[in-house]
Amino acid sequence: MEPAAAGGSLLGMECARLPAKGLDEESAGWLRRLGADGGERQAAERELHARLVRIAVVEVRRRSASTPVTGPELDDVAHQAAGDAMIAILAKLGDFRGESRFTTWAYRFVILEVSGKLGRHYWRNPPVALDAGQWERLPDRFGIDPARHAEATGILAEVRRVVDDDLTAHQRRVFVAIVVDGTPLDALAAELGLRRNALYKVIFDARRKIRRALVANGYLEEPGLERR
Amino acid sequence: MSDLERLERFLRTDPRDVGCDEAMAVLHIYVDLVAVGEDAAGRYPGVAAHLSACAPCGEDFAGLLLAVTNG
Repeated sequence: MEPAAAGGSLLGMECARLPAKGLDEESAGWLRRLGADGGERQAAERELHARLVRIAVVEVRRRSASTPVTGPELDDVAHQAAGDAMIAILAKLGDFRGESRFTTWAYRFVILEVSGKLGRHYWRNPPVALDAGQWERLPDRFGIDPARHAEATGILAEVRRVVDDDLTAHQRRVFVAIVVDGTPLDALAAELGLRRNALYKVIFDARRKIRRALVANGYLEEPGLERR
Repeated sequence: MSDLERLERFLRTDPRDVGCDEAMAVLHIYVDLVAVGEDAAGRYPGVAAHLSACAPCGEDFAGLLLAVTNG
């Protein structure tokens, strides 16, 4: 973190102050210290930032197997995530309502920053191009034993037929990128400029549509949870 | 799990699923409940349904739980 003017926030942020009433002792302490003046506030910001960095580093390493981002770039992502999370936390301190411990609320920011940044960094060295359409890899995506690929040919061909014939162009593109090509949802969201939730909804609707078709055509039984 | 069970499970949607935005909005509350052994899924069944179906939100849940439990 950058050194700051004496008496202020290290990041020059104005923090909303909350009454510590009804909070657990630790959370109340964080709020009091982050809302204080001078050295006490700066010390609290330093401590929180150090925690965010530590968590971000652990998190990017935990996710390293599922991202093409490696080495020093991974640590850069962690430090950027911690810095951006710190800014967001201080800016949104007034939104903390004590529904969880303060640290859990704060750590959520850095975890979500790591997700978003790894999604954006994915396209610097993507293992699969967008719109590659690797249908031949679909059995592997669902962990189907290579010895039984032939057995699964019928149902997978029907999945592809439904994707080609019944999904909208947008549903098809999203389904192929995420399910067929294995592009991480956050990476696709970053590439298309969409929110994670918007893409999830597209996939959710596509899953339902494909399942209904498979049931209707005798490939699957029992509508199960789809039936309200 | 049989070979096609994973495909079938993937295609099965749960109407209780609240989606990413709602799940992430209460993730800190949900994680705190899990961390102290409370029935988070019972209190937030729509969030539980979502976290089991959405890989990125599931990863965020796992990461936050790890951060909280590791201090």
